[in-house]
Amino acid sequence: MKDEGLNFYHILILFSSLSLLSIGGGNSVIPEMHHKAVTNYQWMTDKQFADIFAISQSAPGPSILIVTLVGYKAAGIPGAILATIAMMLPAAALVYLVTCFWQKAAKSPIRQAIEKGFAPLTVGLVLASGYVMSRAADHDWRGFLLTGICTVLCTVTKINPLIIVGAAGFIGWMGWV
Amino acid sequence: MTQSSPTSEAARPTLVELAWTFNHIALASFGGGLSAWSREVIVVEKKWMSDEEFLSALTMCRILPGANQVNMAVFVGTKFGGIPGAIAAAFGLTFIPVVIILALGYAYFRYNNIPALQSTLKGAVAAAVALTFSMAIKTGQKCLRGSVPLVLFAATFVLNGVFRWPLFAVLAMIAPLALVWAWPRKGAR
Repeated sequence: MKDEGLNFYHILILFSSLSLLSIGGGNSVIPEMHHKAVTNYQWMTDKQFADIFAISQSAPGPSILIVTLVGYKAAGIPGAILATIAMMLPAAALVYLVTCFWQKAAKSPIRQAIEKGFAPLTVGLVLASGYVMSRAADHDWRGFLLTGICTVLCTVTKINPLIIVGAAGFIGWMGWV
Repeated sequence: MTQSSPTSEAARPTLVELAWTFNHIALASFGGGLSAWSREVIVVEKKWMSDEEFLSALTMCRILPGANQVNMAVFVGTKFGGIPGAIAAAFGLTFIPVVIILALGYAYFRYNNIPALQSTLKGAVAAAVALTFSMAIKTGQKCLRGSVPLVLFAATFVLNGVFRWPLFAVLAMIAPLALVWAWPRKGAR
């Protein structure tokens, strides 16, 4: 077995640096995380990394919680907690600073321009992420039909989306998609 | 709590409410679609932010390092409660999901697969994708008025979604055009 203390040190250094490198979202550092966790530190196998990636993508909460499982496999529950905090803290501190600046700039032209100009961009990015998610899910026609029906229900009815997600999960559990 | 007059102070969420709200958002997002859930709760249900402010914050949160959803929680938390607010929101977003994912990870490393989970997810992912599409439709109806926004929207979608250009390359091309278009002009409305 490896030295526990050294594992904690590696977890801390790895995830706090990945935190600041994860520009564009947590998934941008997955290749680097994979390389370190599987090849360098040999905390887990290739297959295990792919599987916990799938688990973390679909479990509730931020998708970056894959780091919780990498930390868990490397050094148990304390490793899981350390990895999660190390991954969140540096980036969160930066967001805090930017938000403070943003609040002060309430009436400035740059903020007005960003709020108005970025709205169409963001809608494009949101649609793109839905499109990429649906491609990655690798659905057959039944999956696309379910997606289509749910999209209509979410858009034109006032049904709580939680009921829609729950019902779709049930349909999946029954093996109908 | 005492009854206070309906000032902006009254609308300011407490730390507990921030943590609870982001916990609610996180748990609802089984299968993904966390951004869509954030909008559903923050803009539609709680009315803490307008659609414009939410959308611009969302893109800023994507540009900055860190998980987008954690960044959004820190942004909203900071806006309403400074550093304690940011910690409350981020804690609310992650605490229960960390417990859940540890339970799943424990089961996975012990039994090597979780079959019922996989099939349930297949359905839930379809609904999460649907919620994301629905968000694009609903926000698009509000801000895609006129030809310039439509072109900006379509170019961003095609480059990022279809051609899979990295976010930074897309923004480097489109964002300057968007800012020039949206820059407030004196006298013009």
